[in-house]
Amino acid sequence: MKTPSRSVQDPLWAQTLLIGAAVSFLGLFLLVPLASIFVEAFRKGIAVYFSALTEDNARAAIVLTLTVAAIAVPFNALFGVAASWAIAKFQFKGKSLLLALIDLPFAVSPVVSGLVYVLLFGAKGVFGPWLKAHDIHIIFAVPGMVLATIFVTFPFVARELIPLMQAQGSDEEYAALSLGASGWQTFRRVTLPNIKWALFYGIILCNARAMGEFGAVSVVSGHIRGETNTLPLHVEVLYNEYNFAAAFACASMLSLLGLLTLCLKTLIEWRAGLRRHNH
Amino acid sequence: MISSRLFPQQWLLAAALTFAAVFSGCGKNSPNASSAPASRTLLNVSYDPTREFYSEYNKAFATHWHKQSGETVEIRQSHGGSGKQARSVIDGLPADVVTLALSLDIDEIAGRSKLLPADWANRLPNQSAPYTSTIVFLVRKGNPKAIKDWNDLGKPGIQVITPNPKTGGGARWNYLAAWAWAEQAFAKDETKIRAFMAQLIKNVPVWDSGARGATTTFVQREIGDVLLTWENEAFLALKEFGADKFEIVTPSISILAQPSVALLDENTRKKGNEAVATEYLAYLFSAEGQHLAARHFFRPVNPEHAAPEDMERFRPIQTVTIDGAFGGWAKAQQTHFADDGTFDRLKGN
Repeated sequence: MKTPSRSVQDPLWAQTLLIGAAVSFLGLFLLVPLASIFVEAFRKGIAVYFSALTEDNARAAIVLTLTVAAIAVPFNALFGVAASWAIAKFQFKGKSLLLALIDLPFAVSPVVSGLVYVLLFGAKGVFGPWLKAHDIHIIFAVPGMVLATIFVTFPFVARELIPLMQAQGSDEEYAALSLGASGWQTFRRVTLPNIKWALFYGIILCNARAMGEFGAVSVVSGHIRGETNTLPLHVEVLYNEYNFAAAFACASMLSLLGLLTLCLKTLIEWRAGLRRHNH
Repeated sequence: MISSRLFPQQWLLAAALTFAAVFSGCGKNSPNASSAPASRTLLNVSYDPTREFYSEYNKAFATHWHKQSGETVEIRQSHGGSGKQARSVIDGLPADVVTLALSLDIDEIAGRSKLLPADWANRLPNQSAPYTSTIVFLVRKGNPKAIKDWNDLGKPGIQVITPNPKTGGGARWNYLAAWAWAEQAFAKDETKIRAFMAQLIKNVPVWDSGARGATTTFVQREIGDVLLTWENEAFLALKEFGADKFEIVTPSISILAQPSVALLDENTRKKGNEAVATEYLAYLFSAEGQHLAARHFFRPVNPEHAAPEDMERFRPIQTVTIDGAFGGWAKAQQTHFADDGTFDRLKGN
């Protein structure tokens, strides 16, 4: 039995005050803005809302956003697992450098991340003339947007996994290896099951950021409507056109994606909890 | 553990999805390299206030081109601040044509890349400017502060909304238009001009970074008594937000803005779009192009093609040009907007 925590013994007014403060803070800074997005989106009626989402440029933006995320997220998941596996389970030279590099995208502004790619792959950039000679389009095309997104969402999976894997240590892997398991078997049957919830969580965060990224993608996009505008960029375009209802309709789409990822995460955790209970 | 047996399947699924995504991504990009597309795509890189005009003009041109050549052409648009758009083109945005706010921005493209020759402006009539605009005042309905001309903007208690000329191209026109008026009103007396400009700057409560931002501040957030803006932006605001809320005041003197258009030879050659891109720009000067420009509140260079009711909206205005009054953009930029130029010094006071 747990001992009653201190807060239970606190006087009622203190509890009410603290909880009230927390709830109103959440309400003010999270729920009200979220609700206002939907209110604005439906201001001109459901027909306007759906036509804003099914219009050609909006559809292209949604498809592009999903495409970019579908490439960037699996890539970062693979990289994240590989990097944290190396960092947590092995000792090698340059480990702290690798750690610092993983954190780099968190440290620099997304605009800088975008500009780096323009400086590398732009017409005036380092590889510009070569790319031009071979007619390869990176900047102001889908590959550039994928690259920028990968860069910005680089740390999410690795940052979730490293602390966990370090805390778990390598004992279970050593046990598996000493019982004759191969390296791949050990990874698949011991390491992966141990980290799977952290991995899911990292992927979910990574995906949310990949779909919502604005700064870096804005720099490399070129803003060609129906071609290189992702959903967040499309929202800006609509807002600048005084098309507020449509802008908020697309913004609500992004919010829904966010809410969906949260629900997914809760659902997965809940089912995992049930399963653990039954066995 | 049961779950560990399930997991490899999920892992395989994830891996399969990765490959599918990567390959579908590659498939998307490969048409760039392949030969002639089934239907032509033209990219017009433009600046902010032309969105509404070009979305209608593109439809008209597509019909015209189909009639003339039998080809289907799709025109894609990219909009943003004029200077930023020029920068993107220099960095490799594959525009067939640019339709920007200032000839200076196109000069910049010509100077920094080999995409078009330096004498591009001579290739089309009227120095490659198919329509013009000017700076006017937008005030709240009934003009409660009785703002008639530039001198009213320097009066105490008037809030003037204009973007920051350090960051926004449009804002430089506003600043220079005010300067042009002051130069005439005070007979080139530099001290009086500066005193007026300093007073005007003091009356600006918030410096937005671009023209659309300033419009939103004035119209949506309801800050300020008068908005300095492009004539076409002012008319658009009236149309979008209701003529019952705002009215346009035309000052005694303003500045002539000549948004310019140009073909980017190298990009069109690479895409095989020379003919359609050339016609796209030439058609801007045609009867239909001029008619549409006037309908979208740009002053057409050939007003005889515009509908009379569209022309009626434009009040006569005396205008000065950047070249005539300020010795060209390069000089105006240096004198007024460079670090420690007149704007910086007057704002610091």
